[in-house]
Amino acid sequence: MLRFALRRLLAFPLLLFAIYAVAVLLIMAAPGEGLETGEKELPPEVLAAKRAAYNYDQPWWQRYFWTWPKRLIWDRDLPAHQYEDWTVVEIMRAALPVSLQLGVLAFSLAVLLGIAGGVAAVAFRGRILEHISVGLCLIGISLPTFVIGTVLLVAVALWLKAVPVGGWGRPSQAILPAITLALPYAAYIARLLRSALLDAYAEDYIRTARAKGLTGARVLLDHALRNALLPVLSYLGPAAAAIFTGSFVVEKIFTIPGMGTHVVESINNRDQSLILATVMVYAVLLASFNLLVDLLYGVVDPRIRVGARPA
Amino acid sequence: MSTHPHPWSRFRHDRAALVSAGVLVFMLAACVLSLPWSSAGMRVQRLDQARQAPSLQQPFGTDEVGRSVLWRTFYGGAISLSLGVLAAAIAVVIGTAYGAVAGLIGGRCDDLMMRIVDLLYALPTLLLVMLFTVSVGAALEHAHLLGREPVRLVVLVLAIGGVSWLTMARVVRGQVLSLREQPFIEAARALGLPTTRILLRHIVPNLIGHVIVFATLTVPQAILQESFLSFLGVGIQPPQATWGSLAADGVRQMNPVRFDWWVVAFPCAALSLTLLALNFVGDGLRDAFDVRGGRASQ
Repeated sequence: MLRFALRRLLAFPLLLFAIYAVAVLLIMAAPGEGLETGEKELPPEVLAAKRAAYNYDQPWWQRYFWTWPKRLIWDRDLPAHQYEDWTVVEIMRAALPVSLQLGVLAFSLAVLLGIAGGVAAVAFRGRILEHISVGLCLIGISLPTFVIGTVLLVAVALWLKAVPVGGWGRPSQAILPAITLALPYAAYIARLLRSALLDAYAEDYIRTARAKGLTGARVLLDHALRNALLPVLSYLGPAAAAIFTGSFVVEKIFTIPGMGTHVVESINNRDQSLILATVMVYAVLLASFNLLVDLLYGVVDPRIRVGARPA
Repeated sequence: MSTHPHPWSRFRHDRAALVSAGVLVFMLAACVLSLPWSSAGMRVQRLDQARQAPSLQQPFGTDEVGRSVLWRTFYGGAISLSLGVLAAAIAVVIGTAYGAVAGLIGGRCDDLMMRIVDLLYALPTLLLVMLFTVSVGAALEHAHLLGREPVRLVVLVLAIGGVSWLTMARVVRGQVLSLREQPFIEAARALGLPTTRILLRHIVPNLIGHVIVFATLTVPQAILQESFLSFLGVGIQPPQATWGSLAADGVRQMNPVRFDWWVVAFPCAALSLTLLALNFVGDGLRDAFDVRGGRASQ
């Protein structure tokens, strides 16, 4: 287990460096430095001063691989192009917590709803609850989030006036965005769990459990569910990645002041320092989460730990 | 093998999958065959007929500048579907090659390659796709290699295809691992065939079922990805349109005072019908070929 964990930990900085290199490469592929503000041509002195402020006078390798990371992490004074009075760290400090709250909320909701839906679909096979669960799954996989979100917004916030239309800060403002963001992933988890549970029911140990005289609920929750949760567990990493970046879309629908607008604007305006910082923050976040899931997987499934490969 | 019926005959008994396949063929035919008319008709603006509800002259109504939603939906479908299919094709090529090589070489190289896939699974792909679309798109436009409209489509296909191959690689590798223990591969090795020939003649043909299943399931994912990008404003650019971008444009104009439901409803209905059909066909094929995927069966 220790070796397994160590190997995973060693790969971590390598991965982050690789992502950073790819992001730098993509940024360098685009023409322009993102300093030209548009309508008017800047006087050469102003442009030169701006370039110096953002370290564009340095060679690219020094800028990307020494000065910018240093100014971002230690000095915390790396300015963003499009908001000249703001440093990248200040922007992140204002926007990131909002996106993370929404992401964590939606992620927990997706896992809870997904597991409940999958178990309900199997426990109530052939009854109305199965149809509800399967129907919701179909909506979740076939409609884009922004359509679900807008319909919810119009129905619940505008017609019923049950919750505020947008914004962030009060719990009532978080309900609709969290549901919207969670629904597609809850649907996928429910589908995954349902098919895994149905597979588990075909196994011998379930027959054994039944033969012992256990009740249907005990068999389902104690025996089938424990094994059926493994594929769900391994989906958590990709799901987290999709939910945390998917929150950009939901933020736009419900006018939530999170990372979404900054991400889109920074990419469109080629605000290089902000792009790199955002990509790296999300890379660190998601890679550490995936590491956690991997370690958890090793704890739950002993076959992974010893490195044996089941046929 | 003789105890199992042929995959296609099993597929034929799956009613949901069959109906879905019919829907898909219909959608594809309608969108592609109408292309000569829709590609011109979607751009015609008639301001005197703006925001009209569906009627006999305008079956799907008109949008805020009087363009026919019918033609826009057909045209958007053609772009959406071709984008999905092309992105899936890229994912198939990369994923199959990567998975087959990893499975065939095995050992440390296989470990390393699969670890890389594990790591890539947790990347903020939406961010990288956005970055790729904008920066490579700008570079291509700068180089004047293609017109402005095709550039966006090409770049989107490359970006979405480039991040969708992971599941494919994993599934193919698992299949290759089990194939290479089979006697006929051992026989091919004993005959002294070169590795490339074993790969192309003996392994790849046995992967077809898995590849078809996951390609079918990748198409809806790609179409959805594009719709997110369009909603955020970095997907297909006007005057081009996809189902996703039409829905996104319509949704953006929704407000309590004016509610032109037809502008959203028709592209959305076409989009979700197609996504559902693709998912059903994919599931049907999965059952027919008896394919299991993902990490669950590793």
